[in-house]
Amino acid sequence: MNRILVLLGILGVVAVLAPFTGPFVILLLAQILVLGIMAMSVDLLLGYTGLPSLGQAAYLGVGAYLTAILATKFGIGLGWDFWLVVVLGMLSGAATAAFFGLFAIRASGVYFLMITLALGMCVWGLAYRWNSLTGGDNGINMRGRPVFGIRLADDLTFFYVVLGFFLASFFALHLLVNSPFGKSLVGIRERELRMRILGYNTWLHKYIAFVVAGAFGGLAGVLWAHLNGIVSPSDVILTTSVDALLMVVLGGPGTLVGGLIGATAVVFLREYLATLVQWWQYVLGAVYVLTILYLPGGIMSLFKGGKA
Amino acid sequence: MKRKLLTVLVALGLSASVNAQELKIGFLAPMTGIFAQIGKDMENGFQMYLDEQKGNFAGAKVTFIVEDEEGKPPVSVRKAEKLARQDNVHMMVGGLLASTGYAIAPVSTRLKTVYIPSVPAADDLTQRDLKDYPYMVRTGWTSSQPHHPLGRWACDNKYKRVVAIAADYAFGHEVVGGFQKVFEDCGGQIVQKIWPPLGTKDFGPYIPTIKQDADAIFSLMVGPMALQFPKQLQESGVKKPIIGGGTSYDEFVLPSMGDEVLGHVSALQYSAAIDTPKNREFVRKYREKYGKVPSYYSESNYTTAQMIHEVMKQTNGKWPGPEKFVAMMAGLKIDAVRGPVRFDEMRNPIQNIYIKKVEKKKMHGYDKDELWNSVIQTYPNVSQFWTYGKEAFLKQPVYSRDFPPCKFCK
Repeated sequence: MNRILVLLGILGVVAVLAPFTGPFVILLLAQILVLGIMAMSVDLLLGYTGLPSLGQAAYLGVGAYLTAILATKFGIGLGWDFWLVVVLGMLSGAATAAFFGLFAIRASGVYFLMITLALGMCVWGLAYRWNSLTGGDNGINMRGRPVFGIRLADDLTFFYVVLGFFLASFFALHLLVNSPFGKSLVGIRERELRMRILGYNTWLHKYIAFVVAGAFGGLAGVLWAHLNGIVSPSDVILTTSVDALLMVVLGGPGTLVGGLIGATAVVFLREYLATLVQWWQYVLGAVYVLTILYLPGGIMSLFKGGKA
Repeated sequence: MKRKLLTVLVALGLSASVNAQELKIGFLAPMTGIFAQIGKDMENGFQMYLDEQKGNFAGAKVTFIVEDEEGKPPVSVRKAEKLARQDNVHMMVGGLLASTGYAIAPVSTRLKTVYIPSVPAADDLTQRDLKDYPYMVRTGWTSSQPHHPLGRWACDNKYKRVVAIAADYAFGHEVVGGFQKVFEDCGGQIVQKIWPPLGTKDFGPYIPTIKQDADAIFSLMVGPMALQFPKQLQESGVKKPIIGGGTSYDEFVLPSMGDEVLGHVSALQYSAAIDTPKNREFVRKYREKYGKVPSYYSESNYTTAQMIHEVMKQTNGKWPGPEKFVAMMAGLKIDAVRGPVRFDEMRNPIQNIYIKKVEKKKMHGYDKDELWNSVIQTYPNVSQFWTYGKEAFLKQPVYSRDFPPCKFCK
């Protein structure tokens, strides 16, 4: 409970200070929160259920492409119907995960990793080759963010909306992982065989967790599309999935908050380091390696109360 | 009183900035990832012109800020936002891929910041979508621009039936489309189109399917594909003449190629082998400074810097504001390294297109035999609409995988 208060405190301070930072910093903060939602969805799989997914970009992509296609081809989602798109984005992410889950949940460990990777690449392939729908390599440019009473085109407003979505996602996932269902997920992570012998349908538990993670991936996608104003196949590539996984590992798996911390570290390191030096990728790589070697529990394990 | 003080302070601030006369240029190019070397070529070209002018454009001190766009559209958007909002640049230059051009252009519109795509060649940026981008002026080329004349050249050289094999993405579609349109309008036939995915490393599955009765092959390759394709073609004993899109043989890939590309013909708005004193000097200086022959990526950005300088000369180093700058730039007529350049009404260059043949020879006074893109024919003052006229040209859809349709494919 303590950790939640600390998190709320920090986010509160950031929300109050945000108007006084530069416009570019606000964009970065919004980006961190969106990636934070995605990282939390990965954490539900990796940290709580023990399923390392390398395909989370697929659901982000489905949500993002849905948003962009609805907005540019049908003019849906630029007013109050933005909320409809949010729901549709989550549903489409969940539906895609429900379909992929049928193949992926059979496997575990490295095999799960490989299957999710392959399924993620399928979505990339579709985005890249289905020119008439996705604009192929050039992607889809969106004409402005939604307006419904408030103008999301204003970056500060958009940041607060994203912050709201982040908090809602955080509490939803927090409730989920602390429910009996969440506890049995942890049980599966620790020893699946024992859970099965105890009479749990472990396949179904994992499948549901996978679908829920897909839904939050889809939500992150809707916000991601509006954040960048463009959706392209490079949103759906493997690196996006790897990044999300690394954010969780960096921040601390099995903590939810860790995803946000990881996202913060990665985004700031990347944006500011890339401006300073051209070999920024080496620094990022070194940070990853050092974390895994010396902080297997992630940055969160530095603070008390981080549970293993 | 307070208000008055404020006005004074603001006025002071304004006059200070006017006296300093600074020109901030944000430069976007891939500095990491598979396109990093091309990004280096782009930056070097721009930097070389800046160094020649000692960072001073007609009294304005140039601040040159390079950002790594990684060749990815979402990253380009973020870097463009950073340049425009945090660094308050007057203009953004660059981007490499068509997709990054498409990503940066809306940012320029949204933030009212000038954008100069010096390399991104997506046709529609200065064609059907131009109205969306009032602060953009292009100094490079459109994908189809050099390949319209190449189609004409193929007709004039008695080619009748040609097979096209090209990287399967928007740039490839537009290059093949431009060639096919003109070639078929003057009596030629594209009898087959083969689309290997971007980044194909093995052309083994594609080469045997090339129709035996074609008189030539039109190829459009990018990066490492450009090296691999001619090699495998030679190994499999195909003897047909090769006509290529500009990037299949540009000076970025040429030094890594061998004798298998001798005699291959391609078209572009620049060749390092243009035999003019201006280009000879440019090649020598560039080679001395960076140890390699300049590619069109370098030339395009060198010339872009020169054009910005020309505008600043007209204003005595004062920033004229984005609308005025774009209008002034689009009104320029300059004698660039690539030849004379002016702009059409849709802010795309009208420029010479060079039909080039790869030859092994000594050039520009270097004493070693090297591969050069010898110019075999020049089409002067080619516009992006070729000879069709703007209205008629814009009536047709943008070139794509299915347009123009492959009438003679069976």
